[in-house]
Amino acid sequence: MEVTADRLLDLIRPFKGNDGATIPVLQAIQTNLGYLPPESFALIEQELGIPASKAYGVATFYAQFRTTPVGKHLIKVCDGTACHVRGSVTILTAIRDHLDLKDTDTTTDKVFTVQEVACLGCCSLAPVMMVGETTYGSLSFEKSREILDGYRAKEA
Amino acid sequence: MDTTTIMVGYASCGIAAGAKDVRKLLEAKAAENGARITIKQTGCLGICYDEPIVEVHDQAGRWVYRKVNERKAERIFNEHVLGGKPVEGFLFHELSAGGREPKQYVFRQQQRIALANSGYIDPENIDDYIARDGYAALRHALLESSPDTILQTIIDSGLRGRGGAGFPTGQKWSLCKKSRGDVKYLICNADEGDPGAFMDRNLLEGDPHAVLEGMMIAAYVIGAREGYIYVRAEYPLAIRRLRIAIDQASERRFLGRDILGSAFCFDIKIKEGAGAFVCGEETALCASIEGERGMPRIRPPFPAEAGLWGKPTNNNNVETYANVPWIVRHGADAYKAFGTGKSTGTKVFSLAGKIERGGLVEVPMGIPLREVIFDIGGGIPKKRAFKAVQMGGPSGGCLPATLLDTPVDYESITATGAIMGSGGMVVMDERTCMVEVSRFFLSFTQKESCGKCTFCRLGTLRMLEILNRICAGEGREGDLEALTELAGLIKSASLCGLGQTAPNPVLTTLKYFREEYEAHIKHKQCPAGVCKNLITFHINADLCTGCTACVKACPVDCIRGQKGEPHTITLDDCIKCGSCREVCPTDAVYTR
Repeated sequence: MEVTADRLLDLIRPFKGNDGATIPVLQAIQTNLGYLPPESFALIEQELGIPASKAYGVATFYAQFRTTPVGKHLIKVCDGTACHVRGSVTILTAIRDHLDLKDTDTTTDKVFTVQEVACLGCCSLAPVMMVGETTYGSLSFEKSREILDGYRAKEA
Repeated sequence: MDTTTIMVGYASCGIAAGAKDVRKLLEAKAAENGARITIKQTGCLGICYDEPIVEVHDQAGRWVYRKVNERKAERIFNEHVLGGKPVEGFLFHELSAGGREPKQYVFRQQQRIALANSGYIDPENIDDYIARDGYAALRHALLESSPDTILQTIIDSGLRGRGGAGFPTGQKWSLCKKSRGDVKYLICNADEGDPGAFMDRNLLEGDPHAVLEGMMIAAYVIGAREGYIYVRAEYPLAIRRLRIAIDQASERRFLGRDILGSAFCFDIKIKEGAGAFVCGEETALCASIEGERGMPRIRPPFPAEAGLWGKPTNNNNVETYANVPWIVRHGADAYKAFGTGKSTGTKVFSLAGKIERGGLVEVPMGIPLREVIFDIGGGIPKKRAFKAVQMGGPSGGCLPATLLDTPVDYESITATGAIMGSGGMVVMDERTCMVEVSRFFLSFTQKESCGKCTFCRLGTLRMLEILNRICAGEGREGDLEALTELAGLIKSASLCGLGQTAPNPVLTTLKYFREEYEAHIKHKQCPAGVCKNLITFHINADLCTGCTACVKACPVDCIRGQKGEPHTITLDDCIKCGSCREVCPTDAVYTR
């Protein structure tokens, strides 16, 4: 997806004059575009006066931000303590294997991106994953694959 | 005409378990059947293991149904709501009007103060909250009391910070109140970072107004006009309900200017956290709200003197604020009636891991761990042996079975080497490797170290490298001594709580499960059967019934055998994922 500077400016400008805008502006860009395009930082400096180096420092400090594009469906596999002791590592392996991911996190058709996260706060349903905003609990090897196959089928 | 209310548990846990479809079905059925049936949503009752929960409130009272799916919902609607006959088989008996005596009580040992409304009210409807005495405490504080009187009540109640450190709340407020300055800030820390903890999420999803009311009262006491809720971006539903609650409270003039006709003015803003465990530390949290990297700074000055934007700032955790309206309404003595001398009141715990009834519980302080885990939580599934309970997340520790009679209060838990923490309890059974668990926590804190202090940044990495080696079967003589030495250095040379507590999971497991470390290092064995380099999977032909459950579960198709005959695992193809062992009904799969 080609991101135009105009689109970024539209997202950045509403934060002009706000205190502590660095994180909210990055969040706004990522919510709308799925990631932080490299040109964001210079535009943030130009529009909000926040040095690009600082914005980049903030972006790389927090786990939420990504500087590379993600697939259509972002899969967050929880590896919190409860999920960990209930086999989340196996689920992650199963998913990555099923999606044929070797060294990357995004499938070649850009449909799925897999991310391991610290805790989704649904510990009583461990192991858990989120696809987009939907949470799936009590996962097994098979169940996690079926869920992804369901998403895949909708794409075809 | 009599009306029937149907309530659907609609917190994250319920939704993940399938409450959406159940709700849709019930709403459609209700629409077909005229106006005397109301469908409402509510938060989580805490019995997350039984979600989705549906309640029917009729003339006889309240009936709670557990594990409801669409098929069950249809029957409940037809037979109970329309037919007037409760569906016995689906009931959660303990909370149901005509329920049977339950085999084990889940709620009897609990005392609900912070969770009093969660699962009882629609969190998106302020009238529900008001109907249960909501905002009565604020009204009392503003119109019939004074900041000093309220402060004294909080001091007398003995309430301590529920986020983990347990600092006396009244004292904290008092420090901020005394600080000079026209502008003061109030922060609610809802950046629940401990993996394995979800108390704050449930509270915010189930009863957001209680947290807002607690914040308003605190702001009134210290003299703040502006408040922030710093909440994890991973909690979209909690954020949505908080926004709704803030809007509704503003409409009713509980927020804004001249609240309730008094001169008190207060506004609350939501700041979405961007994912950094270290932001649980107060000064890092302030930096994050200011838009900086969340790095702690040296204290003093404490936030009570110079916090957010250099102004006096009071920061408490979600659960702490949620206790405040109750204390103001009932008085300090009523609160102190629960708990022990230095740990008054109640504490919410989230039970998860290898436990039968995972969910949220609220118990009086001082109750033994055993009662929480076994009586309320139902113990370990599949009749396996209890091995440890992890308390306090990455800052806490793992306690063995011999310490199960430890009372749950700040001092007793700290004496074991763990900490009370925010309330996450992750239960582990015989199939959890304690070395791997401590490696897991260290990898978390190592990743989350902000990098400011050398010992935290590099010391945790060195510890992690040793633990990685031990788990990989490459442990050496002297590793345990090196771990202990590094742990001491990190604890003493780190600026903030993250580094000061990061070695705790390793230290407690070394203290209570040392033989497991030694098995890895000296005998290259993982007794729990977890560390892949040290184990191979096998099937005991005497126990195997040939049910083929493992064949179906195996992701690499390396299990062979006829149905009804003992199966075998082809070791060359086995990826040691343990799926076969998990599903085997006869425990025929073993490791060596």
